[in-house]
Amino acid sequence: MAVSGLDVFGLWIGAALSLCIFSFLYRDNPFYRLAEHIFVGVSAGYYMCTGYWQVLQPNLIARLQDGDWRYAIAAVLGGMLLMRLWPKYAWVGRWPLAFMVGIYAGYNIVYTMQAQVLAQVSDTIVSLWNNPDWTATLKNWIILVGVLTSLAYFYFSVEHKGVIGQAARVGVWVLMITFGATFGYTVMARVSLLVGRVMYFQDVWTHTARWLGIS
Amino acid sequence: MDAFFCWDKLNNLIGVLFISGCIAWHTFQARRGARPFIRRLPALGALDDAIGRAVEMGKPVLYIPGVADIDDAQTLASVSVLERVAEDVASYDMPLLVPNCCSVVMSMTQEVVRSAYAKAGHPEAFQSDYVRYLCDEQFGFAAGASGIMMRERPAAIFYIGNFLGEALILAENGNASGAIQVAGTATVSQLPFFVASCDYTLIGEELYAASAYLSQDPMQLGSLKGQDAVKAVIMFIIVFGTVLYSLGFTWVKDLLTP
Repeated sequence: MAVSGLDVFGLWIGAALSLCIFSFLYRDNPFYRLAEHIFVGVSAGYYMCTGYWQVLQPNLIARLQDGDWRYAIAAVLGGMLLMRLWPKYAWVGRWPLAFMVGIYAGYNIVYTMQAQVLAQVSDTIVSLWNNPDWTATLKNWIILVGVLTSLAYFYFSVEHKGVIGQAARVGVWVLMITFGATFGYTVMARVSLLVGRVMYFQDVWTHTARWLGIS
Repeated sequence: MDAFFCWDKLNNLIGVLFISGCIAWHTFQARRGARPFIRRLPALGALDDAIGRAVEMGKPVLYIPGVADIDDAQTLASVSVLERVAEDVASYDMPLLVPNCCSVVMSMTQEVVRSAYAKAGHPEAFQSDYVRYLCDEQFGFAAGASGIMMRERPAAIFYIGNFLGEALILAENGNASGAIQVAGTATVSQLPFFVASCDYTLIGEELYAASAYLSQDPMQLGSLKGQDAVKAVIMFIIVFGTVLYSLGFTWVKDLLTP
C-alpha cells in the first residue's frame, strides 16, 4: 500500500498530540493544554457538523423538502427549545423539554420492565437443591443471597438495624466484590487501549520508514 | 384484538400497573401530609463537609452533572442535587463551576445555579462562565473538565449523574488535584471507579434517594417509599418462586418469562 506524505504528516500530528496528552502524567503543562483545547474544540465542531448532516438534514430538512409536513412539528419544538436564548421567553423552552422527557420515559417503560425487572427476577429464581453437581447448588445460593442482601441495602424507608442491618451489611460486601471484579475487568480493557496507542506509535514509524524508502 | 394487544407482554403490563399503583398510592399519601421516613445516607453528610472545606480554603466547588442528556433520569436527579449544592455554595458567596457535556443540560443547570445565587442574596456573584458547555464528545469533555480541575484547583468536586468511560479519568484527575470528591451514579459499570477514587459515593439507587431526601419533595419521597414497597414484593416473589422452583413447580418463573 502506497503511503503519501500527507498520510505521514497526519500520523505524526496524531502521535505528537498523543504525547502531549501523555505529558499530563507528569503534571499540567502547556503541551497538554494545547492538545486539550484542540481536542475539545475539534470535538465540539465535529459534533456540530455531524449533528447537522446526520440528524437535522436527513431527518428534518430532507423530509420537509419532500413535502412531509408532519416533521414541521419537530421543527417547531426544536425552535421552541432555542427560545431559552432569550430570557424573557425562556419558559417556552420548557414545553419541548417536557415533551422529550415524557416521550423517553414512556418509550422505555416496556424495555425497562422486561429487561431490568421481570427478566432479572426470573433469572434469580433458581433451584437450591436437586442440581446435578454441588457447584451449581453453591452458585445458586450465592445468587439468591447476593440479590436479596443487595436489595436490602437499597431499602431506604427503614433504618439499617437488626435483621435488615445485617442483611444490608452482607449486601455491601456483595456489591464491593462485584465492583472489584468489574474494576479488574475494565483495567484490562484500559491496558488494551494503551497497547493500541503504543501500536499506533509503531505504525507511525513503519509508515514513515516506508515513505522514506528505508524499509 | 390480537392486532392491538400483545398477549406475550401481559406480564409487563401487570408489572407496570402494579409498580405504578404502588408509587402513585404512596405519592398520594405523601401529598396528603404523611411524611415517609427515609434513612439518612452517609454520602449526604459529605456534601456539607465538602462545601465547608471549600469555604475554609477559599477555593471553588466543581459540580459535574454527568455526560447524559436531559432525558436521562440520572441527569434529572443530578439537577435536584445541584440545586441543593448551589444554594449552599451561593450562601457562602463562593464560586460553583459546572462544566456540561450537553447543551440542553447546560441551559437547565445555568438556570438552577443562577436562581440559587439570587435566592442566597448574591445575584451579582453569579458569573455566566461558572456554568459552561465543553463538548458533546465524552473524552473531549473529560479532557476539558480535567483541565479545569488542574487550573482552578477546586477544593470539592461532585460527580453526580450518568457517567461512562470517562469516569475514571475524571475521578483520578480530581484525586490528583487534591480535592475532596463525592460521586453518585446508577451506571453500574462505572461505580467501581468512583468507589475506588472518591471519598464518598452514592451507589446506584442512592442517587435518586439523595435527590428525594434533599428536596423533601412529597412526590419524590412518596415515589421512593412506593419503590421500597415494590422491592419488598419482589423479594417475596424471589423467595417464594425459588422455594417452589426447587420443589419442581415452575409456574412463578414461567409467569415472569415472556
